[in-house]
Parts: sequence; C-alpha cells; structure tokens
Amino acid sequence: MNNTSLDDTIAISLSVNGTNVSARVSPRGSLVDFLRHGLGLTGSHVGCEHGVCGACNVIVEGRVVRGCLMLAVQADGAQITTIDSMSPDRYVLALQQAFYERAALQCGFCTSGMILQAAELLRRNETPTREEIRDALSGNYCRCTGYHAIVDAVQTASHALNATPSGNRLPG
Amino acid sequence: MSSNGAGKAAGYIGKGMPRAATRRLVSGRGRYVDDISLKGELHAAFLRSPRPHASFKILETTEAKAVDGVIAVLTVEDIETVCGPWQCTLANAPNLFSPPQRPLALQRVVFQGEPIAMVVAMSRAQAEDGLERIVVEYDDLPAVTSIEDAIAGEARTHAGAPSNLALEYVQSTSGVELAFDKAAHVVHQRLKFNRKTGVPLEPRGILASYDPADDAMLVHASHQMPHQLQLIIADLLDMQLNKVRVICPDVGGGFGIKMHIYPEEMAVCAATKILGRPVKYVADRIESMLSDVHAREHVVEASMAIDSDGRISALKVDDIQGLGAYSVYPRSSTAEGFSALRAMGGAYKIEQFSARLRSVLQNKVMTGQYRSVGHPVAVAITEALIEQGARARGESSIVFRKRNFVKASEMPWVSPAGGRMIDLSHYECLDKLLILSGHAELERQITVWREQGRVVGFGLASFVEFTATGAEGYGRAGVLVSSQDTVIVAMDPTGMVTVQSSAAEIGQGIQQGLAQIIADAVGLPIVSIRVNLGDTQASPHGGGAWSSRGAAITGEVAWQAGRKLRAELLSAAAAILQTEAEQLDLVEGDVIEKPSGRARMTVAELSEMIQFRPYDLPEGLRPQLTVAHGGGRGGDTFLPTNGVQAALVEIDKMSGKVVVLKHWVVEDCGRVINPLLVDEQIRGGVVQGIGEALYEHCRYTEDGQFASGTLADYLLPMAADMPDVSVAHVETPYSGSVLGAKGAGEAGACAAPAAILNAVNAALAPFGGSVDTLPISPVAVLRAMGALQGVAA
Repeated sequence: MNNTSLDDTIAISLSVNGTNVSARVSPRGSLVDFLRHGLGLTGSHVGCEHGVCGACNVIVEGRVVRGCLMLAVQADGAQITTIDSMSPDRYVLALQQAFYERAALQCGFCTSGMILQAAELLRRNETPTREEIRDALSGNYCRCTGYHAIVDAVQTASHALNATPSGNRLPG
Repeated sequence: MSSNGAGKAAGYIGKGMPRAATRRLVSGRGRYVDDISLKGELHAAFLRSPRPHASFKILETTEAKAVDGVIAVLTVEDIETVCGPWQCTLANAPNLFSPPQRPLALQRVVFQGEPIAMVVAMSRAQAEDGLERIVVEYDDLPAVTSIEDAIAGEARTHAGAPSNLALEYVQSTSGVELAFDKAAHVVHQRLKFNRKTGVPLEPRGILASYDPADDAMLVHASHQMPHQLQLIIADLLDMQLNKVRVICPDVGGGFGIKMHIYPEEMAVCAATKILGRPVKYVADRIESMLSDVHAREHVVEASMAIDSDGRISALKVDDIQGLGAYSVYPRSSTAEGFSALRAMGGAYKIEQFSARLRSVLQNKVMTGQYRSVGHPVAVAITEALIEQGARARGESSIVFRKRNFVKASEMPWVSPAGGRMIDLSHYECLDKLLILSGHAELERQITVWREQGRVVGFGLASFVEFTATGAEGYGRAGVLVSSQDTVIVAMDPTGMVTVQSSAAEIGQGIQQGLAQIIADAVGLPIVSIRVNLGDTQASPHGGGAWSSRGAAITGEVAWQAGRKLRAELLSAAAAILQTEAEQLDLVEGDVIEKPSGRARMTVAELSEMIQFRPYDLPEGLRPQLTVAHGGGRGGDTFLPTNGVQAALVEIDKMSGKVVVLKHWVVEDCGRVINPLLVDEQIRGGVVQGIGEALYEHCRYTEDGQFASGTLADYLLPMAADMPDVSVAHVETPYSGSVLGAKGAGEAGACAAPAAILNAVNAALAPFGGSVDTLPISPVAVLRAMGALQGVAA
C-alpha cells in the first residue's frame, strides 16, 4: 500500500480544447468523468465504462482515446480535444454536416465518439471504402441506425473534404 | 388521398428532411439526464443481490453510514414510509399472478441484481464505497431459471406460491381439429427464442428533486413516456398529479426498455422525498444489462395444416413465455405473449386457429416490451412454417405465399387471432421486394456459388405488424396508459409557431415529423415551426413514445390542430381584407388571394396586429392564436402494417459463423411523412433484428447467475458485421385517418430475425440440417451441417 487514499486528490494541469486547466482530481476518477463532471464538457458520453462502445471517445495528444479507460491523473500535461470544442477541425466539421444531412444519428448518444473516430480515419485515409469505414468504426456501437447511414455520411464527408482544399473551412 | 388536402400544400409531408434537432446532437450539445445537475444534488448507488433467490437480512449499515460523503443508507423500511409497492394486474386477465414489487426487496430477493439497499452520498464513488460496507446475510432458496424448469414447477420463483404459472390463456376456433384431420400436409415447427435486451446506449437514469415546502417534485428521467411516469410517481408517492413534473430531455435510445416502472427510479423518488435534496442515479452498463427488462424468451411449438389445394387451413400454436420474477408494471410482461399470438399467421388468410399461451415466472429480471413486442416471435414461427409448407408441397415458397396472402378484396378481415386486417399490400410488397433484390438473378447466382462450394442461402419473411395501439389496448385491461395525444399550436407575434405535445422524442424523429405536418396543415415555412416534447408541465396528458404511434396518432392530432390555427388565421385575414376566408389561401406564411395568387399580407403582419393592435381589427373579431387539439384513434385498436424482408447469408464452413451479405425490406406504413427518417427507422430495426437472430443473448447459468453483464459478453451488431440494407415502400394510406400514416418504427425489427432464420435454413438445406434456436450460434450451424458429429456438447 502506498500513502494515497481514495479520498486524496492529485493536482493535474492539462489543455482542454485549447484552454489550460489546473485541477485536483481523485486518483480513481476516469478522464471522461473529469471532463464531464469536473469541467462540464458533456459532449462525450458514458455508454459502457469498459472500453467497448466508444461513446466516451476524446482526443488525447492527437489520438482517439477511450475516456472511460484513461484516468484523469494520466492526462496530466496532455492536450485534449473533445467534441465540445468551439473550433472543430475540417474533418469534424465535414462529418457533423454529413451526419446531419444523412440522418446518420437518431438518439445521438454515440455520435460524438463516432464522429471523432471517423475524423481520425479520414485524417489518415481521405478516400476510405465502405469496408474500410465499417472496419474503422467497429469499436463504436450505434444501437439506432444500423450503421448504413453512418457509412454513407462518412463517405459524403470524405467527398466533401476532397472537393475542398485543405485549410479552407467548410460551411458549418 | 384525403379530400381534406393533407399533403397537397407546400409538400413538407412526404419530403425527406434532416432533423433540425440533430444539429445540437452532432455538436455534442445534447442534454441527457446525466448532463443535467441541480444544486445540492446527491448520488445514489444500489446494493444488489448476488443471489437469484434467497431470504436475506441486512445485519449492519452503521459502517456504511460512516463512510466519507455518505448521507444516508436506505432500506425498504425507510422507502416504504413514502413509496408504496406496485403490482401488475390486468382487468381482462384477472387470474394473472404476479406478486407486489417494491423499490427495494423486502426479506426475499427473487432475481440476481434486485436492489436491496440504497446508499446516497455526495458522489457516486462515495455511494459505492458505502455499499461495500453493508453486511447482508443470505439464506439461499432454489432458483427457477429455464422455461422448462418453470413449467415443471419443482422449485418456485416465489417461495410459497402455488406454481410458477403467472397466466394461462387458450383460444380456439371450432374447426381446427377437423382442418388438421382433413389436411393434405401438416408441418410442424419448434423454435426457441433466448432472452435479449434493448441496450439503449444511454443507460436508464433519473434526477429527482422534492420540494417539501410545496409537496412538489421535479423529475428528469431517461424515459419514453413522461406522462405515464408522472402518473405513477404521483400515485405511488401519494402526491397530487400536477405537483409532479417529469421532464424527459434528450433520451439516448429507448426501444421499449424505458417504458416501465423500475425499482431504482422509484427508490430515487422516495429518497429525494425523504432527504429533501435532489438525488441522481444513472445505471452503469452492468446494472443496465442485469436490471433493464429483457425480452422474448419463448419456446413455441406450432403446426400448420395445408389442404389439397395448397391453402393453409389451420394453425395451432403453443407458446411458453418467460416473464422473470414479476410481470412488469404497469404494462405487463404478458403483453409480449399476447402480442405474439395476435400476430401469428401474419399475412395469410388462415380461418382456423388455436393458441395456448403460458407465461411463467422465473428467478430472473422481468421481461417486457422491446421493439416490435412479440411480433418477431410470431413472424419467425409463421414464416418458418411457410417455408416448410412450401417444401412439403414441392413448390416455391413465393407461390405458396401468394396463394395464401389476404387479398385486398378480402379486407377488412378479422383474423381468428384477433387482428383486423385492413389496407394491407402483401402482393405489392412481395413483388417489389423480388425486383429490389434481383431475386431471379440471385437464385441463379446462389446455384453458381453452391457449385463453387460456398454455403449461401436466401430467406424471405412476410409480416404484419400492429402499430399505434388505440385506447382499448390497455383500457380494457384497466391499465392507465394513454394512447391519446394533445397538440398545442401557438403563433407568436412574429409569425413563428411553438408546438407542445405529449409525444416523446427518443431519436426516432417525431419532432421533425410533427413540424412537417403542422407546416403543411397551417401553410407555413418549416423553419417557423418549433416543436417541444417531453415535459409534463408544458403539455397535457398523453401517450409518449411507444407502439410506433407518433406519426399515426400524434401526427393526426397535429394535423387537426394545425388546421384549426389555419382556420383562425384565414378568418381573421378575410375580415381584415374584407373578403371571404374561402377566397384566401395560406402558403409558406403568406396570405394569398386565391384566384390571382397575389400575396395580401404575411402571417407575421397578421399575428402582430392581432397581438398588439386588436383595436384595429373588425368589430367582434377575436382570433385565437393558440389552439389545441386532442384525441386518439377510434377503431382499429391494433393498426396493421405490412411488408416483406429478405436476407442473403453466407456460412463460414470452418467456424459456422453466419455473415449477412445483404438485407432488403419493402414495407407499407401508409403515408410516409419523412422518407429519410422512416428508412433509417427501418434500417436500425433490421440491424437490431439481425442482432436478435445471430448474436444477442442474455445468458443465465443454470443456478441463476447472470452471465452477460458487459458489452464484451453480450454481443451487439458492429459496423463491420452488418450489411447495407435496401429499403423501399408501398404506400397504402390508413383509410381511417386524414393523413393515412401508420407506424413504421418497429417494422425493421419485426421480420429481420425471420428472414435471417429462413436464409440460414435455406443455406443449410443441402446438408439436410436446420437450426431452431435464436440467436443462431455457430455451434448450432456446424451441427446442422453435420460438421460436429461425435463432438460432445
């Protein structure tokens, strides 16, 4: 046993959506709980708490991470982006527009995680096939849509991105 | 088409439009229950029984109370001071046996996961710390788990109960036995359906806040029926109905799981009343898996008699349904069994029918209504029999289906199972599906694939689904569930319209559908309509989201409300413009002179005048800018819809894994309000149905331990495993309404399991084997292929 009890807190400093944050957090608290309840950033959702569903996805140091599998203390010093960001990148913007237009969401609970995961796919593969999209999103459960519309929307976003020179912001 | 002009105006009805509300959701701006906080809120956690059936005694709670942050440890004795028990009863099935249920168990637990104590603390983590320090003594009792054991009745689900039979129901027409005696062919099918559950991605959650000064309660809940929940909270906590306000904010999926009264939600309402502070509880995933209602645990034996002309002359069904430890309150778990019986025989004209339903109690969590309640069971058994019947006659099942469909000229026809068949399009749907799927070419292709050694099969399933349940459904059972809705339409001084309704939005898109209907009904641009749902304080009592009722019931009421507002506006404009209302039209917010098409004024100008300068209006003119309309459907308590689904599957010979290569649906939900959203309802339902057919299984061990507590144990369909789903429609408007809309939200789930089952069995036919259990396991497939001979189970 070390000297840290469950009720002790640990100081962390990190950047969240471009803002520097310092806080004291419980060592047992997850990153997503800290973001949601500590900072009020409720865009990422808690669907399973064991890393299967992907609803809690956030971006840590440029990579999509399960917010429920990472402790808040592990985020000390990290740069974090969530769906709540007021300046989404071009991939997220294109996906948000395509998801909206294609009705690629119903209840919306999976959507934040789904869009962040799809954005990561498009960042490394701007023209994915339907199979590649389905593979990339297989760590994200959607219980409403049956995925077909989501695959369509990711393809639409991919086409829109390819029609727009990089760096230009799409109409939101 | 109605003479009333529905859909003729600007034409939002029938137009595929995205849901305005999803702009918020794609930006992470949704507000689900756990995103809402109240000052001073406390967090609840539940101590759950690890035993499926046991007497218990709570020996020690003082240590739990001493844990940092713990405010209270509550047991049934505390809760019962403010919240009474509930009991599922049905006036039309007075022999139903289901004991009273409480927010926390009293002396005996009857399923694993049943809550027995509650810790309320400053944080959820501290509440969970408290749970670990409660000391309980259990004295195990024998547990009943399988349907077979429940029927055998050696052990009792409720110690001391006379049997495990909650309900037995039989019905028969007079000529069933004669039809079987005279039959040219009799085919038989047994199917076993394992439990599954809805798995809305947002777990159940509630935030309740009691104000002792006003004896009032504010409840935020992830629930499908705000008014039903309000009514029951008020009843069980002995409060005045209008002092309970239930808000259902964004709801992260329902699928029927969030329509019931659960112990945890009632315990939270009791706790806030006891403590006078807001209390929140959100289930974690393991809690959801073991405490949300499960569904569709059935063993069905059925026989079909076919006469020498190839007509189905009779159907006999024996269904045993597992209820869990209680019949769920208030809608009853037996509703699933009755719903399955009503849908038996589906699309076919079968005059002789007998059925026996036995609903049994088990030491498992309750079963309850889940998307397409009961229908998937009926469709799977009926369509499996259809395939068998066609095989017995040595003809194509398409020919056999078409010979036996209920023809348009025979409708309305009341089936002996109790469904009034009206406005259905079996032939059109099947023909359209055969074209959509390229069936003729596909059959040739399947032959080629088989020659190449691939194991592939194509399966069809016709279905009838009853939707938009009317008042008699629950009313005759004495269950206080509203099938009515009220829609309030109010125009503001800028010409914008705010709508309040008792419908509920759970992701299906009814908010958008109502906006489209009202825009057309009044004659306004869609952007001027804002629809608010899910708040009992804003809307009069009504039904919420169940039974695919939104378009058919709320939509119809919304149309009528919109027409009332239109009439008010046109009369006012006519008086002001010194003409007759009949000479004017209202199009996209402009008051138009009919012959010339000339715009005379805008509704914004009209509304502003009525609001701020009523003295300028002609003498005696008092136009109403807020109108309401309420109602439900009269006839056709169970409004039938129909369709056909088909699946193409391939079996991996090595593993027995079934891969769905493609799925097709042609369905008829009458007038389609928004094809974009309806198609996605169908697709989502299909994939839930594929999950039901191939993956999803709430497993219990023989001794009643729940073994599917995580999403790693309970398999959901994932993107990579799912096919694209082609959807098309036939539109046969419901003749009993102006809009002609019927339910669409459950049609996908209704027949997908049957189509997959038939496709798998078609693939297995060359091997001489078949499967008869859902979900279809790879092991069962390998066995049916003869690939596991000599291998022990």
